[in-house]
Amino acid sequence: MKKLLSGNEAIGYGAYLAGCGYGVGYPGTPSTEILQSYSTYPGVHAEWATNEKVALDVATGISYAGERVFCTMKHVGLNVAADSLFSIVFTGPRGGLVVAVADDPGMHSSQNEQDTRQYGRFAKLPVVEPGDSAEGAEFMRAAFELSEQFKTPVIMRSVTRLSHSRTPLEVMDELVPLHAAHETVKYDRAPSQQIPLPMNARRMHREVEQKMLDISAWAEDCELNRIEPGGSRLGIVASGIAYQYAREVFPDATFLKLGLAYPLPNDLFHTLAGMVDQVVVVEELDPIYEHNIRLLGIPARGKDIFPLCGEFSTELVREHALAAGLIEARVPVSTSGAPIVINGLPEDAAAAVSGGAGDAGDTAGDGNGNGGGDLALLDPATLPGRPPMLCPGCAHRPIFYVLQRLRAMVFGDIGCYTLGAAPPLNATHTCGAMGAGIGVVHGTDLVGVKDRTVAVIGDSTFFHGGLPPLVNIAYNKGVSTVIVLDNRITAMTGHQANPGTGHTMMGEESPTVSIEAVARAFGFSKVDTLDPYDLDEVRRVLKDHLDSTEPSVVVARYNCVLQTKERNAAPHVDLELCNNCGTCLNIGCAPIINRGDHVEIDDILCNGCDYCVTVCPRDAIVSNRTDGGEE
Amino acid sequence: MALEKIDFVLAGVGGQGTILASDILVEVGLEAGYDVKKSEVHGMAQRGGGVESQVRWGEKVYSATVEKGEVDFLLGFEMLEVARWIDFLKPGGDVIVNRYRIPPPPVNMGVAKYPDESEIQRLLLTRAGRLVWVGATDVARELGNAALSGVVLLGVLASDLGMEHDLWLGVIERLVPERFVALNREAFSRGTAIGAEMLV
Ligand SMILES: Cc1ncc(C[n+]2csc(CCOP(=O)(O)OP(=O)(O)O)c2C)c(N)n1
Repeated sequence: MKKLLSGNEAIGYGAYLAGCGYGVGYPGTPSTEILQSYSTYPGVHAEWATNEKVALDVATGISYAGERVFCTMKHVGLNVAADSLFSIVFTGPRGGLVVAVADDPGMHSSQNEQDTRQYGRFAKLPVVEPGDSAEGAEFMRAAFELSEQFKTPVIMRSVTRLSHSRTPLEVMDELVPLHAAHETVKYDRAPSQQIPLPMNARRMHREVEQKMLDISAWAEDCELNRIEPGGSRLGIVASGIAYQYAREVFPDATFLKLGLAYPLPNDLFHTLAGMVDQVVVVEELDPIYEHNIRLLGIPARGKDIFPLCGEFSTELVREHALAAGLIEARVPVSTSGAPIVINGLPEDAAAAVSGGAGDAGDTAGDGNGNGGGDLALLDPATLPGRPPMLCPGCAHRPIFYVLQRLRAMVFGDIGCYTLGAAPPLNATHTCGAMGAGIGVVHGTDLVGVKDRTVAVIGDSTFFHGGLPPLVNIAYNKGVSTVIVLDNRITAMTGHQANPGTGHTMMGEESPTVSIEAVARAFGFSKVDTLDPYDLDEVRRVLKDHLDSTEPSVVVARYNCVLQTKERNAAPHVDLELCNNCGTCLNIGCAPIINRGDHVEIDDILCNGCDYCVTVCPRDAIVSNRTDGGEE
Repeated sequence: MALEKIDFVLAGVGGQGTILASDILVEVGLEAGYDVKKSEVHGMAQRGGGVESQVRWGEKVYSATVEKGEVDFLLGFEMLEVARWIDFLKPGGDVIVNRYRIPPPPVNMGVAKYPDESEIQRLLLTRAGRLVWVGATDVARELGNAALSGVVLLGVLASDLGMEHDLWLGVIERLVPERFVALNREAFSRGTAIGAEMLV
């Protein structure tokens, strides 16, 4: 049956198709749905690990025990897991081991842009890169075979546009359950292959280099790479999503489509060069193929034409190809006749849209803004933006609101709560890699920074990378305060369970870790728990902690309302009382709309948390909650 | 005969239902025999941020993302969001826009102004061949659920495309939870009715 799957769903499906019985990962956009999709297939076992390194270590154990396993993470997650990755490259897996990594060119939801293909050369392992969902599923199988044939882990690289695009593939009508081996398994001990002590590791390094040579020879005629013959003027080298853009822009060129992004097939590059006048490499982010091809003495072009930074698109490839003279400009489409405006609105609204200035036809007039009224034509590039902000009903908001009022210096971290930095809250002042905030605040405290410094971290981030720096504060006699914003879920990436949630990825009940107990066990004696919506309590406790010289932990606990689907009636504004003083607008909540002399609440977007009711100094926002919520 | 390519962009605000609407559009394309691809980026800001879905139908589609100046249909769930995409419309393409405004944070903070409808109309008409104004959210509210506005817009689009309504209804029935099917059918027919009246 033909179905549209996202790239992520297809990779998860491909793992199942390959008979891989285990998946371990840590969430991260744009990779998250890979493991989520995989976990839905019959007979598989999937786990969210506490971080990517843990995930890869668990995967290593599964592989060492002889089973196929795959591991999922976003690009920066691979940095966290890199130490373990380099290690398993040396020792080699037993059961096939594939690490599925999704990059985020354009940084739609990441703190940096990095090109995971570089890990191929750096860590010395093959990197496979599909170009659509069908290849996502198919290449998974190839990746497992490659892993077992050459005894190496393999990276499966995706990017946002592949992970989140839906493209068609044939899927099985009926799913056969996998049988993960749950009976007792005897470990095949091989310390000389699994302990990289120098005497072993020196041998392993030579073996790894030989494997890379063997795989590049294999790459010359493997099914992952192919030449698509076309015209003799241009030879395009591309892989993954960039191949799709290039296909749109150069319909008549000869293509070398790479499915194996590392190691590279040198003979195929020479073959391509022999077929065409000019080789051009279209690759998003780093010039990896280009450099390799140039080292072969082939005068390929690439980054002199296409940008190094940011995400590609068909139009970006077209614009740059045009500027470089590789293609000709397309004939502009000419429109016939004046535009037609069809008004399906009630009369008063209909008048508003046409501005009452003549009929709409001549409003469009010359298209230069000289047709209707005296206002200049809007420029789409300068329209007011709609930057991300904390969701309506988010319980992170009250904490940031009070921190802002207290003028605290906030060392933030990564999660939904990074948006505490967004205007109008402007309540966060730094943000680094996951878990960094707690280490950073301790560093500033050591130097003597005293302006109400505090680290703020989410629950999932706390379990991911917050534990070592927290114990470090206690051990090194630090004085910092750490606030854990505990919404009991990994919200930012779409609500994945974590050790505070109470169940596993497979839906089994599991122990809930008490963050307060962890802090006490680490040596913190000043530990408090807060309900974020209790404004007076939040003010009192935060002030107390920020002004104290004792190291301390505050846990602000409220379940993510998108997760629990908690929703209440939106409050309304009493127009007699509201004087648009701006207080509620300062909490940064999208449904609160500034109408000039009063505010209004959009009842479609509003979640009914009533925090605006709480902060309004004139009692002008009136609760409509029936549960006796905030007054 | 080769199928002609049709590109769609659906633009709105997170929580307005653009994703469901684009899922429906995808399935309708598949059933009509097209090669179909869809792209959307999600991540930050689950609610209240700008969201967009791109759907491409064609004989053979390579890129899942649309190209500037090539889009055949712009479907605006919110006026400001559709205005942002105008450069993507091919000259003479169709714009179907819900007359509904959700002022973004800079407007609420008083550092930017939400353009008037007439200004938005003038901008859209610099490229649109046909501009259809619909009060989709008002219709949806009448039906008792503002989240239905996307399906109302799809109804208008279906009339505009001149495709079998049953094809759409079949897909809606498959994709929507059972207890909402009747309401969604109603929303769709309200859209097709508006479309039929206006697009003759
Ligand atoms: C190394 C790394 N892995 C994964 C991510 C993706 N990511 C960003 S924030 C986050 C966790 C957010 O959860 P939590 O800390 O509970 O905060 P919330 O979003 O719920 O407020 C994840 C997994 C990342 N940025 N870096």
